[in-house]
Amino acid sequence: MPLDRAIKKVIVLGSGSIKIGEAGEFDYSGSQALKALREEGIQTVLVNPNVATIQTDPRLADKVYFLPVTVEYVEQVIAAEHPDSILLSFGGQTALNCGVELQKKGILSKYNIRVLGTAIRGIELTEDRDLFKKTMLASGILVPTSEAVYSVEAARVVAKKIGYPVIIRVAFTLGGRGGGVAFNEYELDNIVEKGLANSIVHQVLIEEYVGSWKQIEYEVMRDNSDNAITVCNMENTLVMRVHTGDNTVVAPSQTITNQEYHFLRQVSIKAARACGIIGECNIQFALDAKSERYYAIEINARLSRSSALASKATGYPIAYIAAKIILGYDLPELKNSATGITSACFEPALDYIVVKMPRFDFRKFERVRRELGSQMKSVGEVMAIGRCFEEALQKAIRMLDIGRDGLLDYKPLGSIELVENALVHPTDAIFFHVAEALSLGMSVEDVNRLTWIDPWFISKIKNIVDTDQILKLRGKDSLDKIDRELMLNTKKLGFSDSWIAKRLGIPEKETRELRKSLVEGPFVKIVDSLAAEWPARTNYLYASYDGRSNNVTFGLNSKNAEKKVIVLGAGCYRVGSSVEFDWCTMNMVWALQKSSREVIVINCNPETVSTDYDMSDRLYFEELTLERVLDIYQSENPEGIVCCVGGQTANNLIPKLALYGVRLLGTSAGDLDRAEDRAKFSRLLDELGISQAKWIEVKDKESALEFANDNYPVIARPSYVLSGAAMRVIWTERNLEQFLENAAEVSPDYPMVISKFIQRAKEAEVDAVSDGQNVLIGAIIEHIEKAGVHSGDATMQIPASGLSDETQAKIRDYTERIARSLRIKGPFNVQYIVRGSEVLVIECNLRASRSMPFVSKMKGINLMEASADAILGKSIGQYLERHPPLFKVGVKVPQFSFMQLEGADPLLGVEMQSTGEVACFGENFFDAYCKALGSSGFKIPLSGNVFVTVGGTELKKRTLNSVRKLAEMGYKISATEHTGEFLSKHGLSDVTILYKITEKERKPNISDALAERKLDLIINIPSSMALEKFADMEEDEYRIRRKAVELGIPVLTNVENLDVFVKGLSWLKTREITISPLTAQRQDK
Amino acid sequence: MVGYTEAMTDPSYAGQILCFTYPLIGNYGVPNYIRDENNILLNFESHKIQVRGVIANSVSKKPSHFESAKELSTWMNEEQISGIEGLDTRELTMHLRTRGVMMGAITDSVKRGKEALEQAADYSSLYFCSSVSTKEKISYGKNVKGRIALIDCGVKQNIIRSLVSRGFLVTIYPFDISYQEIQESKPSGIVLSNGPGDPKLCSPAINLAREAIDNCMPVLGICLGTQIVAISQGAETFKLKYGHRGQNKPCIDLKTGRCMVTSQNHGFSVDSDSLKATKLVPWFMNADDHTIEGLLHETKPCLSVQFHPEGSPGPLDPSYVFDIFSEKILEVRS
Repeated sequence: MPLDRAIKKVIVLGSGSIKIGEAGEFDYSGSQALKALREEGIQTVLVNPNVATIQTDPRLADKVYFLPVTVEYVEQVIAAEHPDSILLSFGGQTALNCGVELQKKGILSKYNIRVLGTAIRGIELTEDRDLFKKTMLASGILVPTSEAVYSVEAARVVAKKIGYPVIIRVAFTLGGRGGGVAFNEYELDNIVEKGLANSIVHQVLIEEYVGSWKQIEYEVMRDNSDNAITVCNMENTLVMRVHTGDNTVVAPSQTITNQEYHFLRQVSIKAARACGIIGECNIQFALDAKSERYYAIEINARLSRSSALASKATGYPIAYIAAKIILGYDLPELKNSATGITSACFEPALDYIVVKMPRFDFRKFERVRRELGSQMKSVGEVMAIGRCFEEALQKAIRMLDIGRDGLLDYKPLGSIELVENALVHPTDAIFFHVAEALSLGMSVEDVNRLTWIDPWFISKIKNIVDTDQILKLRGKDSLDKIDRELMLNTKKLGFSDSWIAKRLGIPEKETRELRKSLVEGPFVKIVDSLAAEWPARTNYLYASYDGRSNNVTFGLNSKNAEKKVIVLGAGCYRVGSSVEFDWCTMNMVWALQKSSREVIVINCNPETVSTDYDMSDRLYFEELTLERVLDIYQSENPEGIVCCVGGQTANNLIPKLALYGVRLLGTSAGDLDRAEDRAKFSRLLDELGISQAKWIEVKDKESALEFANDNYPVIARPSYVLSGAAMRVIWTERNLEQFLENAAEVSPDYPMVISKFIQRAKEAEVDAVSDGQNVLIGAIIEHIEKAGVHSGDATMQIPASGLSDETQAKIRDYTERIARSLRIKGPFNVQYIVRGSEVLVIECNLRASRSMPFVSKMKGINLMEASADAILGKSIGQYLERHPPLFKVGVKVPQFSFMQLEGADPLLGVEMQSTGEVACFGENFFDAYCKALGSSGFKIPLSGNVFVTVGGTELKKRTLNSVRKLAEMGYKISATEHTGEFLSKHGLSDVTILYKITEKERKPNISDALAERKLDLIINIPSSMALEKFADMEEDEYRIRRKAVELGIPVLTNVENLDVFVKGLSWLKTREITISPLTAQRQDK
Repeated sequence: MVGYTEAMTDPSYAGQILCFTYPLIGNYGVPNYIRDENNILLNFESHKIQVRGVIANSVSKKPSHFESAKELSTWMNEEQISGIEGLDTRELTMHLRTRGVMMGAITDSVKRGKEALEQAADYSSLYFCSSVSTKEKISYGKNVKGRIALIDCGVKQNIIRSLVSRGFLVTIYPFDISYQEIQESKPSGIVLSNGPGDPKLCSPAINLAREAIDNCMPVLGICLGTQIVAISQGAETFKLKYGHRGQNKPCIDLKTGRCMVTSQNHGFSVDSDSLKATKLVPWFMNADDHTIEGLLHETKPCLSVQFHPEGSPGPLDPSYVFDIFSEKILEVRS
C-alpha cells in the first residue's frame, strides 16, 4: 500500500524529559519519525517540553510546543492546531499513556483524530497485564503464571498460590518502575503498595519468578498488509534476574540454537499479529537454559530503548521505517538504506557482536541500593562493536567513562566469600566480580551457578583473565618477551594500550609505539546490515584488531567538502551529561558542514541522534579514549578535532591529545588548562581584578585545614569535573579531613581548590561564544535556588529579571574580559554568585554547556553555529546584532528520577542528581514556570493537604510566609510536632500534628497519612547543616522524603522553591496559561 | 550465527567449502544425532556433514547448551572434515562477492594448495546428486492424507518433517528413479527436493518431472527441484553471480503481494524470459534482485519454490507452501 494521502497534519507526542527508563532514545526515534513525515510533505506538530533535544529544533517539526505531555495540554494543542492524526509510538511510555487517556476521555473522537500505527486497543492489549496474558494464551503463546490484583490483600492471596519468590509488575509503566521481586510477604506488601501508587490504573501483576532463565528479546516490524520481519534479536547476559535496561546485552543472541532462535522469532511475529501491531514492537522472552520451556514476558508496542539499540546494532533504521509503515507504506515498498537497492523487508545479517552496557551513577545518590533487579536504575548506556565478545566487552567498559580501563581494572574484594556474595547479589560491578572470581580460581561452572550468566560468556571472560596473566608474567621479565602473537591476541581481546602499559611497567606512549611495531591495526570495518554480501554505501564504522585490511579509504568523500573535521560526541548519558550534548554535537556537525567541512563523528551512545550514520559524513561508533581517537585521527588525518561539544568526556581528552601534537580546533589546550585548573583560574581572576570567593590551592592538608578554619563552610573542588563530581560543601574540620583522604582517589592528576562557600547568595550563569575578540552573550540565566544547589539541579529563568541592570552589566563585563584573556575560541559558560551588588565568579567552562540548547531556542540564536565559525577561525561579528528573543520568558526545571533509585534521598546539593530537564516558555515567569513544573512530572495540587516539616528556627521563619499563604488559599496544613508548634505560635490555626514515623505508636502518625495517601504536598526542609551529606541524616525526615517519592507525592525541600511554588499556585488560581509554539518562521523572524 | 549444524549437513552444500560470515561459530556446540518420533533427524539436515570444508573466524572451544554433546571441531574431526579458523571472513566474503564463487582449498602450504586446485575437477562439472541421494527407498510417517514420492537429489530432513507433519506418508526415492517405478507406491503427489550442483545435469529427474506434470500429478519442486521443473517444461536456468545464500532473503508472493523472509541456498536461477515459451508463470520474486523464486503451472497442479519453505536453518514464514501443496493433492484426488 502506498502513502495514505488522507494524512496531512500530524500531532506527534514526545517523551518529555530524560529520566531513568525513558531517555535519549526517544529523541533519536522521534527525530527519525519527523524526518520520515517531512519527506512526505506532511505537516507536523510536536509536543515535547524537553528543550535539549534535537527533535524540538524547528528544522525537524513544523511547530514545536514546549508543554507537558498530558491530556490537558495536548487537548489544547489539538484544539488550536486541528491535526487529522496523532502519532503515539515515538514518545516512549509518556506518549503512549497520554494517548490511551486521550482516547478514554473521548478527546480523539471529539476532534476526529486518527491514531496512526498500532491502535489504542492494541496498546491496551500489551500494556494491561491481564489483557496481555489473555491475548497471548488465545494465540497459543505461553506466559508465566500470574494474576492481576488491585490491592495488597489480593496480592498476598495470589502470591501464596503461586509460591514465593514472585515478581510484581506494574501496568502502564516503564523501566520496571514500581515493580520488584518479593521473597516473602513483608517484601510483597512494600512493593505492591509502591506499585499500585505508580500504576495509572492501580493494577499490579503478581507473577511466577523465572529469574534464572535466559532473557531474549526480538524487534518486530509489521506493516498494514501483515508482512512482518524481526530486525534483530538480543540476549541479556544477566538473564531474567536483571531488567533489560540494566542488563549487559549482546546482539545477536549467542547461546541459543537455530531451533530456539526461529521458534521464538515465529512466536514474536505471532504475538505482534495478535496485538495488531503496525510499525514496530519489542517482545521479551524468558527461555529456560535447561529445557525447551519458554514464556512471553512482555511487549512494548512502541519504539523503545531496545529498538534504538537494535537499530544501531544492525544499521537498520527501525524508527524511520516504522514511521513510513505507519504512513501507509508496506515493507517491500521500502528500500534498505544501507544499500539503496535491496528491500527493507529483510532481516539484517551481522558479522560482529554488539555489547550494550548500562551506566550507573550510584555515587551521586546518598543511600541508594546498588543491587540490580527488576527495576531499572541505570541512567545511560554505551554500545561497543567488536569481532568477538571479549573485544566488545572491554571496549564497552571503557566507553562507560567510569575510570575503568577494561574488565580487569577493578578494586578486588579480596576474598572468595565476599566475591561469592557479590555474584549472588549483582550490582553495577558484577562483571568485575566475575573476573575476580575467575582469577581467584573459581570455575566457570561455579560462577554460572551463582550468577546464572551463561557459561559461554563466563568462558570468554576467563579468556581475558588468562591472557592478562600471561601478559603480566611475560611483562615482568622483559619487553622482548612480548612478541607479535601475544600482542595481537591481547589487542584482539580488547585490552587497551594503557592497560598493557600498566602490565609492562612502561608509559602508554611507549606501549603505543611497541604495539605499532608488532601489529597492524586497528582496522576499520563497516556496519552494513548484510555482512558484506552486497556492496553497502553506509559510512557507519567501527575498529577492530580482527582482520588485515580496512573496508574504507581515508580521502575526502564528498565533492563539496574542502577539508574534514572530527567532532567528538559526549559518550554515554549520565547525571550531568545528557541529550543536551547530543544537541550541541549535531548542531556543530551541521554548522561545520555548512562551512564546506566533511564531518566525522566519534561517539558510542546508542541513544543519540549523532550515532545515526546518516547524520554525519562518517560515523565511528567507537571509544572516546585517547588511544582510539588517536587511531582514527592518524588514519583520517583531518584538519583538526573539535572537543568542545561532547561535555567533559571530550573536553578531558584535550590535554592528552595535545601531548601527541594533535591539531585541536577551538580554544588552545594551554588556555583551556588555565580555566580548568582551579588554581590557575583563580590566580587569573585575581590578576584581572575580578571578584571571587576567598580561595586556596590545596597543596597539603595543614594549609587546607588552616584556611578552612576561618572560612567554614567551605567548598572543595577538584579540577576537570563535570556536574559536581567529587565537589563537596564542608562544614566541619572532621569532614574536611575525611574528604581530603578520599579525594586522592577521585582524581589524582588534577589539583584542587578550597574556597569559602557563600551561603544564601543568588546564582547566575552566562552561556556565550567568543572568537577571541568578539563575545556573543547568549543569555544571562538566573537560578531560583540559592547557591549550593548544583546548577544542573537548579530552576532557571531567562531573562534574569531578578538581577539589577548594574549586576547584569557587571556580569557581561566579566564574561567578556575572561573570554578575551583566555583567548576563547568557541562556546563557554561562566557561573556567578550575586550577593547584593557584588558579583563573584565561581567557574568558567570552555565548552558547550548544558543550557545552550535552552538559550539557543529561547533567543533564536544558534550558539553552535556561532561556535563553529569561531572554531574555524572566522569572526562571529555577524551574530552580535541584537534581536528580540523568540519568547518573553523561559523557565527550565530539572527532572529527577529518585523514584527508580531505591533508597536515594531526594535532597538537593552540590552534587548534581537530576537525570534530565524541561523548559517551557510563556508570557511571564509563572506562565512558563507552571508548565515547566508540570512537565517534570510534579503533580501540582490545586487543593488538599499540605504536610510541613522544617528544621531549625531560622528556616522555620523563612518558610512561615509561604505556609501561611497556602493556608489562606484553603489548603489543610499538618506538621510535625515542632514545626506545628511554631506555626501555631505564629498565628496559623487548625494545624494538625502528625507524629514521627519512628514513634509509630503515637497517633495520628505520618506513616499512616502517607500510606492512606492523605497528603498532596510535602514541605520537608531539613536544616542547612543536613545539606552537608556526610553529616548524619535525620532519619525521620529522610524516611518521609523517601516515602513521598515512592508514592509520587510532590516534595519541596528548598525554601526558594517553596516560595516560588506558592506564588505560582496563587497565580495559577487566577490566571490562564498560554500555549504558543516554536516555528521555523518564528526563528527566522 | 545460528544454524551451523543444519547448514553443514545440508546436502545442497555437498562438495563445497562453506564460509560463515558470522565470526563466532559453534557457541552452542553440537548435539547428538537424535531422531524425532517419525525417525527424522533433529538439528541436522542429513546424517553426516556434507560440506567439504568450513571457514570460520572463530570456533567456540567452550560451547554451552543443555543439548550440546561436543564441540564443533570435535564433530568435524570425527567426520574427518577440514576446517580453518582465524581468517578475516569479512574480507573473504567481500572477495567472493566481487569475484563470484570460486574453487578453493584449505591448506597449510600455498604451494600444495595451488597444486590441489590445479588437479581438482571444476565444481560445476561434477554431478553430486548421486553421492548425496539415498540408495534405496525409505518411508516416513503415516498415511493420513495420502502418499508422497520424494525424489531425493539431496533432501533436507526438515522437508520430510514438513510433509510428514501434514499427514503424508513420505517415500524417499533415489535421484535417478523413473516415473514408472514410483507408481508402485501409488503416490498422490511428488516432491522434487533440493540438492547440489547444476540442474542441467539431472536428466532422470527432469524426465520424471515432465511425465508427472503431463499426467496431472501434483508436483512440488524445492530449490533444485524448481530448476528441474523449469527445465522439464522448456525453460532455462543460469548461474547467478553471487548466489543467494542466507536466512534473510525477502521474497514476494506475487499472488498475494505478501513479502516474507526466506532461507535460501542456490547458485542457479530460472531465466524469467525463457518462461514465455512455457506454461509456467512466476509465483515468487526475490525482492532484492527481482529474480524468480517460485513458479506455478497455468493448467497443471504443479508448483515450485526456489527458497527453502522448511527453513532450517532459517525462518518458517513461507512454510504455507506445504499447505498449498497438500490442498492441491486433496483437490486433485477429489
